[in-house]
Amino acid sequence: MNDLSQIKAYLKAYNGEPMTFMEVCGTHTASISENGIPEMLSPAIKLISGPGCPVCVTVASYVDRLVELALTENTTVVSFGDMIRVKGSERSLGDAQSDGGSVRMVYSPFEIIKLAKKEPDEQFVFAAVGFETTTPVYAQLLESIIENKIKNIKLLTALKTMPAAIRAVNADNITGFIAPGHVSVITGHKLFDNMAKELKKPFVTSGFKGEELLAAIYALTKLKGGSSLNLYPSSVTYDGNKEAQHKVDRYFEQCSAAWRGLGVIDGSGMRLRDEFSEYDAGSTELVKDSLINSACSCGDVISGRKAPTACSMFGKVCTPDDPQGACMVSMEGSCFHYYINDRR
Amino acid sequence: MKITMAHGSGGRSTSQLIDEIFVRANSNPTLDMMEDSAVVSGGKRIAVTTDSFVVAPLFFKGGDIGRLSVCGTVNDLLMRGAIPKYITSAYIIEEGADTEILERIATSMAETAKEAGVNVIAGDTKVIEGNGGVYINTTGVGIVRDSVDIKSANCRVGDALILSGTLGDHHASILSERMDIKNNIKSDCAPLVDMVRNMMEAGVDIRAMRDVTRGGLGTVLNEFTKSSGCGFELYEDKIPMTAEVAAFAKILGLNIMHMGNEGKMIAVVAADDAEKAVDIIRSSRYGENAAVIGYVSDDKKVVMNTNLGGRRIITELYGEGLPRIC
Amino acid sequence: MCVAAPGRVIGIKNNIATIEYSGNTVNANAGLVKIKPGDYVLVHAGLVIQRVNEEEAKNMTELFKTLEELGNE
Repeated sequence: MNDLSQIKAYLKAYNGEPMTFMEVCGTHTASISENGIPEMLSPAIKLISGPGCPVCVTVASYVDRLVELALTENTTVVSFGDMIRVKGSERSLGDAQSDGGSVRMVYSPFEIIKLAKKEPDEQFVFAAVGFETTTPVYAQLLESIIENKIKNIKLLTALKTMPAAIRAVNADNITGFIAPGHVSVITGHKLFDNMAKELKKPFVTSGFKGEELLAAIYALTKLKGGSSLNLYPSSVTYDGNKEAQHKVDRYFEQCSAAWRGLGVIDGSGMRLRDEFSEYDAGSTELVKDSLINSACSCGDVISGRKAPTACSMFGKVCTPDDPQGACMVSMEGSCFHYYINDRR
Repeated sequence: MKITMAHGSGGRSTSQLIDEIFVRANSNPTLDMMEDSAVVSGGKRIAVTTDSFVVAPLFFKGGDIGRLSVCGTVNDLLMRGAIPKYITSAYIIEEGADTEILERIATSMAETAKEAGVNVIAGDTKVIEGNGGVYINTTGVGIVRDSVDIKSANCRVGDALILSGTLGDHHASILSERMDIKNNIKSDCAPLVDMVRNMMEAGVDIRAMRDVTRGGLGTVLNEFTKSSGCGFELYEDKIPMTAEVAAFAKILGLNIMHMGNEGKMIAVVAADDAEKAVDIIRSSRYGENAAVIGYVSDDKKVVMNTNLGGRRIITELYGEGLPRIC
Repeated sequence: MCVAAPGRVIGIKNNIATIEYSGNTVNANAGLVKIKPGDYVLVHAGLVIQRVNEEEAKNMTELFKTLEELGNE
C-alpha cells in the first residue's frame, strides 16, 4: 500500500465488517466534505462528526452572559465571527448589537489589545471559546495583557478539553477515531495513544489534506483496538508543544464544563486560576442550557448519536439561513457542512 | 472641499457640484443639454438593467466604486447579448465626503464608460447626513439584435461551461484590506465588452452567460439549475485561480466557489463551439486565463469532481461568506 | 484564524512573526515557539503553535511507508 491510488481503490472496494469512524475535529469535517471523501468510501465505511466545533458545544447561559455584557454600558464584547450568530436562551450577540449593544468581531484574540489601548475607559471582554489548540492563545494573550499592564480586558471563558468529551460520546457503534490534528499539535500524540489504550479502540492523528485523511481512514481499517498511529508527524510530536502546555498550566486549571447536548462533564474544561480571577468576566456557573427549538437534535449530533440528516428539522425548518441550532450556525458545525455540501 | 447638506439642497451648490464634477467628467451632447430626461436613439429590442454599488473601501487595488459601477451594469447588459449603449449615474453622498474624492470617482467612471463604449446620459446627486460615504446607482441600456436569444433557460445537456478567467480576485482584494492581510491581489473589475462582442461576431452558439459577482460561481450555477432544469459537472483541476487567491481563501477558510468577481463571466456554449469560444475569449481583453471547466449534465445539481477524486455538491452561498473562526 | 497549511516565516520583530502563504502575509504572535526566518510554521488564531519539521512532500512519502508496514501486518 504505497501510493494514494491503491489506498483509494482499497477504501472503495472494502467489503469487510462495517466500520464507523468519528472525526472529532471541525476542520477535519470541513476537509472531508470539501474533498468529497464520503463518496470515495465503500458503503461499509461510515464517517460521523464529533464534538469538535467550539461554538456548537457552547451552552445557552454562556451566550446569555455575553449578550448581557454587550448591553452593559461601557462594555464591549470581542468575539470570533461564528459566536456572534449563536442564540442563547433567546438572543444572540448579533441581536444584542442591533439593540445597541457593543460587539466587535476579530480574527485573532490578540487584536483586543489594540482595541483596549485605543479606548482605555471601555471594558473589553473576549468570548474565549475553544479547545486545547486555542487555550494557549488565551494564555499568551493574558501574558501580554499582564506585561503591558492593561486593566480593561477580561475573558469570559468556555474552554473545553477533548478526552472527557470523547469518553462521553464513545458509543459502541464507533469503530475508531480520527484524532484532532491541531489539538494533537499542542497535547502531543501521547494523549490519543493513551485514549486508544483506555477505550480499546484505534486512534489515528491526521493532517487536514484530503490525502492525509484518506490515509488516516485506511489506517483505521487496519489498526487493532487499543493501538494508535501518528500520521501527522510533520507537526505533531509524541509529547506535543511543551511550552504551550506550561503556559496554559500557569494561567488555567482543569474544571468541570457544560457541553451543549452532553451536560456537565467533570474535568472537561479549563478556567482561569484563582490568582488571575481579576481577568475573569464571570465564567463560572454558566452551565444552564436551553434549546432554541425543542425539536433540535444538536446534542445527539454533537455526540455522534444522530447524523445531521436524521434530525427532523434538518433542511426543512433548520437551514443556514434560519438556523435552529448551533450545529447549523457555525461554519464548523456538522449540520452546516452536511447542508452546504448536500452530504447524506 | 467637503460636501455639506447644502450640496443636496437643489439650489446653487447642487448645480455647482453637478457641473464641476459629474458633468465635467462625463461630458457628451446628450448630457450637456441638462434637460429633465435624455432622448436617445435605440433599437427594436433593448436590454435594461440597474444596480446599486455600496463598497468599502471606495478605492481598492485594481479599481474603485466609479469603475465598479460601470462594469457591473455594462456586464449585466452584455450577459444577455446586448450591446451596451447608455448608462445613468445616480450618486448618494454622505455629508463630509471630499470633493476631491468625488472627482476621482467621477473621472474613473468616465474612463471606464469610454472603455466600455457607453455614454453617461443622465444623472442625479443627493446628499444625506452621514460620514463621508458614497453610493452609486447606475442603470444601463443596451441594444439587442433580433436573432439574439441568450438566457440561462437555454442550457442543454452536453453544452460546455467556459469560465473567462481566475476566480475570487475581487473578493480577495477587498477582504485583504479589511482583514489586514498583505498581498498583491488586485480586483479584476473590468468591462467584458471585448470578449462578448468577439464571440458574437464569430457566431459562437452561446446559450447563456452570467457575470460571476457576489455569491460566486456556486451561486450562479445553482441559479442556472433552477431556470434551466439542467445540472453542472465541474472539474476542480480545470478551474482557473491564482496561487495567491487560493492561499488567501485557505487562510480564511473561504470557498473559492462562493467568492465574488467583478470582471469574470461563465458562458454556456454548444459543445462543438467550446474550443473556438475559449480561443476567442483568451485572445480578447481580460480573457487570457479562460478555460472549459465542465459541462451541462441532466441531474439538476452542481457537482464538483475534486482533485482528490471525490465528488461534492456545490450549493449557493449561505450567510455572508465570512471567514471561519478556526 | 486556523490555517491548516503551514506558512513560511519571513521576519520576526518583538515576538511578532510575519508569515507568508503564497504571496499573502499575516502577522502572528511568536511567543510560544522558537522560530527563525525560513521556518515553516502552523498558525492558530494569531499564534504560532508549531514549527513544521520537514518538507511536506517528504512527509507524504513517509506516511505511505508507515501505511505499507501496516498493510503487511
